[in-house]
Amino acid sequence: MIDIGLGHYLTLGAVIFSIGVIGIFLNRKNIIVILMSIELILLAVNINLVAFSIYLGDLAGQVFTLFILTVAAAEAAIGLAIIVVYFRNSGTIRVEEIDKLKG
Amino acid sequence: MIAHAIFFYTFSIIAVVSAIMVTASKNTVHSVFFLILDFISISCLFIMIGAEFLGMIMLIVYVGAVAVLFLFVVMMLNVAQQKNQWFVGQQSSRHIPVGLIISTLIFFEIIIVIGGWKYKPEIFDINNSITQTSISNTHSLGQILYTDYIHVFQISGMILLVAMIGAIVLTFRQRSGVKRQSYIKQISRERAEGVEVLEVQSNKGVKIDD
Repeated sequence: MIDIGLGHYLTLGAVIFSIGVIGIFLNRKNIIVILMSIELILLAVNINLVAFSIYLGDLAGQVFTLFILTVAAAEAAIGLAIIVVYFRNSGTIRVEEIDKLKG
Repeated sequence: MIAHAIFFYTFSIIAVVSAIMVTASKNTVHSVFFLILDFISISCLFIMIGAEFLGMIMLIVYVGAVAVLFLFVVMMLNVAQQKNQWFVGQQSSRHIPVGLIISTLIFFEIIIVIGGWKYKPEIFDINNSITQTSISNTHSLGQILYTDYIHVFQISGMILLVAMIGAIVLTFRQRSGVKRQSYIKQISRERAEGVEVLEVQSNKGVKIDD
């Protein structure tokens, strides 16, 4: 318990990943919270990559974390832009009322 | 070592609790605030285990840009007042057991992977000590980022450019009734249509814009 190793960080990443997945499934409010859950999932992936990078002594993991950060920022920008356009056109972003694609 | 454990457990408990609050909070603005708290505690963890550059970048990019973007959109769309309605109606309660089952399955799969590494530690040659080198984390990261990974770095720059153009194109709209300056009209104006020479009779004014 006291000796913090790689397993502790990986477990933290697993917990946060699962919370993100729960957030996607249980959310009934609006799409923005689903986007935030996706950010949580990407954060968990980053924790795993950084933990492996530090404990294996290989910097490639941190470089890839940087790229994941970039892609996450781009994804958040595009996703929020889509949400803004959708809200402007239909007036709601509640999850159960979004059924234009009949999915 | 004991300080490492204390800080790890403090930050990770804060991170997990705030991650739960992100998904469970009634108010969307509170969710964004808990997301910010989550990012801050995870970046503290990164700084603690020796990835200082990524921790700082995490603070700048996530807390400074992405979370503020979320906050702007939440406030702009005025969805903060919509109360959470998880447990009302059959429509929503149908999803809850599915979500719980799937996420616990994923959690235990990841834990099994970690456990497999624990039982056969010789697969990964792990030096448990954090690597102490003379150059800093930022310095060494820059040395490989701009040499070995230069093409990936440039591609990520292109991704950001495409995302920026996409966001602008998506949210751009031309409103009717708003007077705008049209440079092409201004520049292409000729003397013939702009200036008119009139013979003004004495004791009578000139009427413009009739």
